[in-house]
Amino acid sequence: MTDPRSPRSDRSRWNWVLLPAIVIPLVPALFNHEEPRLFGVPLFYWLQLAFLVISVSATLIVYRVTRR
Amino acid sequence: MNEHITEIVIFTALFLLVSGMGFVAARWRRADNLASLNEWGLGGRNFGSWITWFLVGGDLYTAYTFVAVPALLFGAGATGFFAVPYTVITYPLVMLVLIRLWSVSHVHGLVTPADFVRVRFGSPTLALLVAITGIVATMPYIALQLIGIEAVLKTMGVTGDLPLIIAFAILAAYTYQSGLRAPALIAFVKDILIYVVILVAVIYIPARLGGFGSIFDAADAKFAKTPAPGDGTLLNANNQLQYVTLALGSAMALFLYPHSVTGVLASRSRDVIKRNMSALPAYSLLLGLIALLGYMAIAAGVTPIGTDVNTVVPQLFDQMFPDWFTGVAFAAIGIGALVPAAIMSIAAANLFTRNIYKEYLRRDATDAQEARVSKLTSLVVKVGAVLCILLIDPQFSIDLQLIGGVIILQTLPSVALGLYTRWFHRVGLIAGWTAGMTAGMVLLYNIANPANNHAHFGGSAFPLSKLGFDTPMTVYAGFLALIVNLAVAALATVAARRLGSAEGVDATRPRDYTADAGDPEVKDDLEPAGST
Repeated sequence: MTDPRSPRSDRSRWNWVLLPAIVIPLVPALFNHEEPRLFGVPLFYWLQLAFLVISVSATLIVYRVTRR
Repeated sequence: MNEHITEIVIFTALFLLVSGMGFVAARWRRADNLASLNEWGLGGRNFGSWITWFLVGGDLYTAYTFVAVPALLFGAGATGFFAVPYTVITYPLVMLVLIRLWSVSHVHGLVTPADFVRVRFGSPTLALLVAITGIVATMPYIALQLIGIEAVLKTMGVTGDLPLIIAFAILAAYTYQSGLRAPALIAFVKDILIYVVILVAVIYIPARLGGFGSIFDAADAKFAKTPAPGDGTLLNANNQLQYVTLALGSAMALFLYPHSVTGVLASRSRDVIKRNMSALPAYSLLLGLIALLGYMAIAAGVTPIGTDVNTVVPQLFDQMFPDWFTGVAFAAIGIGALVPAAIMSIAAANLFTRNIYKEYLRRDATDAQEARVSKLTSLVVKVGAVLCILLIDPQFSIDLQLIGGVIILQTLPSVALGLYTRWFHRVGLIAGWTAGMTAGMVLLYNIANPANNHAHFGGSAFPLSKLGFDTPMTVYAGFLALIVNLAVAALATVAARRLGSAEGVDATRPRDYTADAGDPEVKDDLEPAGST
């Protein structure tokens, strides 16, 4: 265990990987299209669900790197 | 005899099973004494990763979400899909914020977001405003859970108010007895049922309807026939800004809701929260699949019962599944309403107890008295929710919930930014809150919805043309209100400092925000850690 008296910090360069996970799903130009379809599902729907991968990876990286 | 008898029997059996679990939950994880808010209201503050995942997942993704989001796609198309980006970005957005909230709350024994504002800014007034905002935003949300149950009951041909009252009375009784342990235990059953039902639904139903290709074609055909300009299976130039600001605004608002905070604070350590930020998106995937049920309902030719568009998903299940599985699916929705309703009423009760009762009515309240007041308040809150649905037009609750999202966002400067900076002056935050609330109300009041004949409070998409911009684009009203809030808070902060207005006392220290389980400052339970 670290010495509780010495201030622990949440600062880490790795925290920046969270930023694209927040920004990318908010750019309609990326996903507001019909084609290509995946199993008949338009891009709009499957790509926005696929953005989950970015979100999960980003939070997982930050967790792994900053884990005690 | 009712043609839905099989469904009703299975629904009732599963409902009674989880009700039994709710009462037994008081003994789960060895609580020697439920007479404190840490135990009754936060389940001992000792939940590991799995329990937190089920609990927070069951809390955020409610029965109402499961019927309302597909109903949105059924009615308007792509704009309803905002729920997916919203629940995708919220976890990376709040991850670092929540662990700070966890730390400072565990060091100072805080139970509610308003508790934090109290110790951070030394302002009981600001804490009161945050508490009232939380209670007002949560109440209609609880009422909406009843709409989820009601939609299912309607589809099964069960009419009258009595079944709804019985369901909520049972819920009220075991929440009173077991506190947060009840929804935590029930969440296991609820979520497993939901996962099974949805996975079956998204494989079985499209197979019967000729695949996703023809489902989307049917949706396209429906929207092409309607005169409304904003619908369709893709966004258009005018609603993209609304889509994005609504997703972002909702993502920022989600963890400001008191019931979300309750779930987070009940966890054992910062690592549990971080791990859940990667695990909770599993529910977002589920939500995305559920949303598509709206289009499946279009393709299957489902018509809502009366004008209640929330019945389309239950109707779809009823039409597609064999009776016994429809019963299971309905139970999943019904039980899905119980978990969030329980947590929300606990969170609202905690706000009342900590930030109104203890602050203003009885300063020397003991732990046991706090727990007793919270338990009674949780009953009052549920009775209020039932009355809301039975006596007032349910549409009123839907309007209120819409307002709820906008107003809870106005606590962001005090709660979320307050976790990072003490720059804002308490006077500035109070001024910002007042301005943001006023702006939000004025904006919402001026949104009309011709589709359901609402002249006011017709939605959250505010037309920018009303602000004098020459554009048909719309934007999320809560987002605009938050900008007003922040601007006023900043200006009033500068003004208050110039005038030498007294700063409140900040009782927190920088290291409180990074403390973790095991540190001497963190008040740990004496119980063993339990399972993860």
